[in-house]
Amino acid sequence: MSQYRVLPGPEHFLPPAAASMGIQLPNPGEAHINGVIASEDKAYEEAAKQFLMARVPTIFPGPLVLWAWNEKAAKKATAVRHLYNTLKECVQPGQTPMLIPMPDYRPKYPKINPEVEINPNHPNLTIWHNKIDCCMFIGVHCHQANLSLKIIRGGTSCYTIAMCAQAGHEDAMLSFRDASVEKIMKLAEWVKKLKGTVQPRLTSAKSGASN
Amino acid sequence: MADIHSVIGTKNKKGQTYTDTWKMMNEAPRTPSFYTGSEVIKEAVRRASCDVMIAYPITPQSEAAALIGELFAEGYIGDYFRGESEFAVMSQCAGAAFGGARVFTTTAGPGTMRAMENFPMWAGARLPIQMIVTCRGINSPLSIQPDTLEIAYLLNTGMLVWHAETAQDFFDWILKGYMVSEEPDVHLPLALCCDGFFVTHTKDVVNLTPADMCLPPYDPYRSPVPCMDMECPPVRMMRDPFVMKSNYISYATHASWQQEVWAAVERSRKHSIHWLNGLIDTENTDADIVIVASGTAVSQGREAIRLLEDEGIRCGLVKVKTLRPWPEEEIREATKNAKHIFVPEFNVTGWLAKEIRASIPNPQRVHAGPHVCGGMTMPPEVIVQEIKTTLGMKTISMAGRGS
Repeated sequence: MSQYRVLPGPEHFLPPAAASMGIQLPNPGEAHINGVIASEDKAYEEAAKQFLMARVPTIFPGPLVLWAWNEKAAKKATAVRHLYNTLKECVQPGQTPMLIPMPDYRPKYPKINPEVEINPNHPNLTIWHNKIDCCMFIGVHCHQANLSLKIIRGGTSCYTIAMCAQAGHEDAMLSFRDASVEKIMKLAEWVKKLKGTVQPRLTSAKSGASN
Repeated sequence: MADIHSVIGTKNKKGQTYTDTWKMMNEAPRTPSFYTGSEVIKEAVRRASCDVMIAYPITPQSEAAALIGELFAEGYIGDYFRGESEFAVMSQCAGAAFGGARVFTTTAGPGTMRAMENFPMWAGARLPIQMIVTCRGINSPLSIQPDTLEIAYLLNTGMLVWHAETAQDFFDWILKGYMVSEEPDVHLPLALCCDGFFVTHTKDVVNLTPADMCLPPYDPYRSPVPCMDMECPPVRMMRDPFVMKSNYISYATHASWQQEVWAAVERSRKHSIHWLNGLIDTENTDADIVIVASGTAVSQGREAIRLLEDEGIRCGLVKVKTLRPWPEEEIREATKNAKHIFVPEFNVTGWLAKEIRASIPNPQRVHAGPHVCGGMTMPPEVIVQEIKTTLGMKTISMAGRGS
């Protein structure tokens, strides 16, 4: 088993892809936390804790759930909105949950507007600008998600969660696989369940570009 | 968007039943058939639910492209056409795969080299195209006989690279190859190589799966990149892409993109082990002498081991099935007891020996050879001679046997 652990950065000028460090994706029914295979239940609990500890817990929905290209996508989008609303209900004063879309993957120059979107090609801008310290990717094509998750790990201290509809992401600190409406709703239930039991990092949160 | 599982058990337009691939490959009855390697390629493609095959017929190296044209005429393939050159073929394959098709093609030798620019592009664009490489000489003077030098050029493209020993491997791996390369966490092109002429033109008994069963269709919605989105990478390759911008994050994005391709190669390891029953096969690796080989050099090595056994010399064998992913851990484990490791190869540079030397402790144990190239055969006696000479044993000279 690999000794490498997928942890919040900033890790390196060019951090390695976690898969090349021997981190393996979970099998169906499993998840991973920091690159170690874990049960899905443990991952729900940990993801909910990370959301509730964060100063700016953020959901980044990608094109696969932002556009109603089939019935399942529309249902997932509703579930994502429910998770966001649940987060807003369960955080404490001083915590600011956000829902920032990743509408597409176009390289946009000279810059994106980090207040309204995140782009996988330069995700740091949105993370830094909004001082996001915990985020969850959902509905992002796997290649773009891995690309972005690795850049975030390289240059920020943001805790990353992936709710992946396929095989999961090693480059996130915590990853589910085979994401469904039920799994998103279950995460929302865990957030509700842990409401008031988790101490937010309000006093220790870093500010500015050190994020 | 049809769920793959929902089509299992239904029939395609040719009356073939879409079958769970594991059941088809491991549980369905097999029929022994006496075919050339090229005919075996055709029979595998018949069962592969291919949408598009694009050919630059490179006969006489392999008749596969022409034979698959017959499959198209029979209605087993969605579309089939001939490109203007190997480069055009590989570019057209990319277009078809970008559009969400399961794509198949073949090439060999100089054709592989001419098309080379496309292969890292395929990998970078995460296109799960399957390309059969029936290896032949690539240098002048030309040769249609086997020479595996072209594999060395494929190893760093980001493609999966497998090296089949026999026509049976070929049949099975064409079908299994799609299962590995189309996994969303892999989703990379596969170069399925064999030693041309030896495998393609000779007949062998191959156990075929039933012709009325076929693979489930490819589901492009599981792709890790958007399907034919002209505004986004990877389709949007050259119009204002991040690679053209001179700032840190642009280069970091490009670097991360490359890392992700190689991460996908690593992820294929788990799936390849599942479908191929391991990345290597081993026999008697507790012996002091071990032959490590890929392709038909494995067959010659096996025969050499039999000859050595007749003389009381015990020798183990490692058959390397996948070159990318590279089975580093497996080779290290399989050679841990070996005092001498011989690597017979059908190429002049000895690329496999170099890879092995870079992977194991005490690499001075690796004897790079024997080598033949340019289409020469490698009689097992040549391997026997190499081993005995290295061990300081008396041996009959093979010099002049090839003249």
